[in-house]
Amino acid sequence: MLGLALPGPSWAHRLPAGAKLAALALAVLALLPVSRPLPLLLAGAGVAALHVTLGPRALAAGARMLRPLLWFVGVIVLYHLATGEPLLGAVIALRILVLVGLANLVTLTTPLTEITAVAEWIFAPLRHLGINPRAPALAIALFLRFVPVLQARAGALSDAWRARSPRRAGPRILVPLVLGTLDDAEHVAEALRARGGVAAGTDRPEGGTTWNGT
Amino acid sequence: MERNLTLVALFAAIIVVLGFMPSFSLVSGVPISAQSLGVMLAGTVLGARRGAAAAALVVLVALLGLPVLAGGRGGLGVLAGPTVGFLLGWIPAAWVAGLVTERWQAGNPLLVALTGAVLGGIVVLYALGTLGMMAVLQKGPLEAMLLNLPFIPGDLIKAGIAGFLTREVWRARPALRARA
Repeated sequence: MLGLALPGPSWAHRLPAGAKLAALALAVLALLPVSRPLPLLLAGAGVAALHVTLGPRALAAGARMLRPLLWFVGVIVLYHLATGEPLLGAVIALRILVLVGLANLVTLTTPLTEITAVAEWIFAPLRHLGINPRAPALAIALFLRFVPVLQARAGALSDAWRARSPRRAGPRILVPLVLGTLDDAEHVAEALRARGGVAAGTDRPEGGTTWNGT
Repeated sequence: MERNLTLVALFAAIIVVLGFMPSFSLVSGVPISAQSLGVMLAGTVLGARRGAAAAALVVLVALLGLPVLAGGRGGLGVLAGPTVGFLLGWIPAAWVAGLVTERWQAGNPLLVALTGAVLGGIVVLYALGTLGMMAVLQKGPLEAMLLNLPFIPGDLIKAGIAGFLTREVWRARPALRARA
């Protein structure tokens, strides 16, 4: 599966991921208490300008990522027009668009590997709690690998249903999907154990791992 | 250990695949993804800890910036959006749903799974989702709940489907329930 990040390079791609995330956190803290529309409008213009400096592709991708929010923002504005507080509605709508736009900027310009590196750094202290940091990483890899596998299986199951019945399959089709997935989990677990298990590798903790029980 | 890890990872994948599926047709006419059905299922089938871990895995990967949420959403922007409470609420929702099926071994399977799905996937999830909306939209609890109300019928249907699916899974793999 592809991430949401755009291929670089741009000035924002060259910034370290940790710095961008820290800047984002600071910007959110600074913008949250703002309760007048004008500063938020300026901030919004700034966010849009930042998108523009990254080129037309970033502008289009940023707009696409905001689109699912638009109906929500529309409901908010209409609601506040109805209750006679148009200013409050504008502030809330602008704040959502500005904050989400800023966060999207980080997502669009930071490759997945850099973000996972930051996540690993954040999760590193878990080691002291006896959790193998390899376990979450392995879970993410398995998870991403299995999304297309399960999608293909869901497609095959509904094809098979349609070949036999003129009616819609509906949720019934999910029973074999879930059962097949449970069986897959057994096989994959067996394969992992056969290759030394989760703890295999250089960072095998003494006495095994306790991640997620058993 | 390896088995728990793969179950968690594969159910996280189920949550995502359900989000990609065309939404079920609903009474209210509001388009609703089946993604929260996956969260309910992770809880009722895998139990509290593994179910919550599967939900947490999807949330983590979404925040890292992969388009795993319904409609191809993802990235840190979700945290500033009005649905933040629902997204983060998936984790306790799956946990509560799993707690019900783990603790209530004696009951009728359909009733147990349905109760878990409703308590976790609706009561807990909407409570947290409403809190998130109150924070992002600066609304009182009543107004925020009013905004969420149109989605309740769809989620009741999803809870019913989760109950039915869980019963079928337990029927086909009885060991899962005994051990949950």
